[in-house]
Amino acid sequence: MDRNYWLLPLLLMLFVGLGYAVLSIPEPVEGLPKMLVDNMELGGVSNPVTAVLLNFRGYDTLLEMGVLLVALLGVWSLGGMPDYHESSPGLVLDIMSRQLVPVLIIVAGYLLWVGADAPGGAFQAGALLGAAGVLLLLCGWRIGNKCSGLVLRILIVLGLGMFVMAGTGLLLIEGEFLQYPPPVASELILIIEAAATLSIGTTLAAMFLGSRPGEADK
Amino acid sequence: MEALTILNWALDGLLGMSLFSLAWLALASPDIFKAIVLFISFGLLMALAWVRLNAPDIALAEAAIGAGLTGALLLAAFARLKDNSTSVSDGEEIKSHMHHDSNELPK
Repeated sequence: MDRNYWLLPLLLMLFVGLGYAVLSIPEPVEGLPKMLVDNMELGGVSNPVTAVLLNFRGYDTLLEMGVLLVALLGVWSLGGMPDYHESSPGLVLDIMSRQLVPVLIIVAGYLLWVGADAPGGAFQAGALLGAAGVLLLLCGWRIGNKCSGLVLRILIVLGLGMFVMAGTGLLLIEGEFLQYPPPVASELILIIEAAATLSIGTTLAAMFLGSRPGEADK
Repeated sequence: MEALTILNWALDGLLGMSLFSLAWLALASPDIFKAIVLFISFGLLMALAWVRLNAPDIALAEAAIGAGLTGALLLAAFARLKDNSTSVSDGEEIKSHMHHDSNELPK
């Protein structure tokens, strides 16, 4: 019962704080949407969300990729977690996963492609790939030893690496970090998004696996 | 038109109330497994709320990452948590437990 006396003022404080935060939300900055609409033809894509995420505020997405990578490193550094009990998935799950995973991969590709001019994009596509990976892991599929070392690591850093390479390349050519020249902006965004999708999918599935694949087999 | 507006308000109100109650239930539930399932359903309803707010991009990401993958990660962590706590309570049999229970069914 002691606990309740402590909790009540804390909850009240949280409530008051939240209420204050909601009431004191600053007015949205005028003109930002207009600025975006005016500059859309420079962005290389016709979906404003993708244009903001990958072009005008590419920095944010670059750092998000970094956060994902660090999260995976954190999971790996825990190490030595007990692996799942191997279990045969059963006929229904086995057949369903074989049917579902190709569909998931195609939908991920579609989301990646359609992200240029409709809702979609690298994170959604990557999450679908990750879901396909999780499904495979649940059904008892494991990464072969051949792919669990260098190939896996390259896949995981591909997104961040491509982003940084594109940024530095443009820094050398254009003089500005991540400043895409408008004629090739859409191609650059597509390349970066494709790499990011692969990385996000691999990272999420690897996080689900827990320990580092090569290590778990020992 | 009038009826449609009222319906929209009712839907949004219901959505908001269920989000709050699901969030509270997930926080207050003493059973971790139940809390995780509640969290997943919270994520799904949250995706609906984003759709109602005209943000389909975020709705997609919320449904895929917030509800799907985070739920899977939490469930995986929960399974390992249970594994570890049983092996600790077994005392000296930690090692044997970790190596020899591979034919046990997952819970």
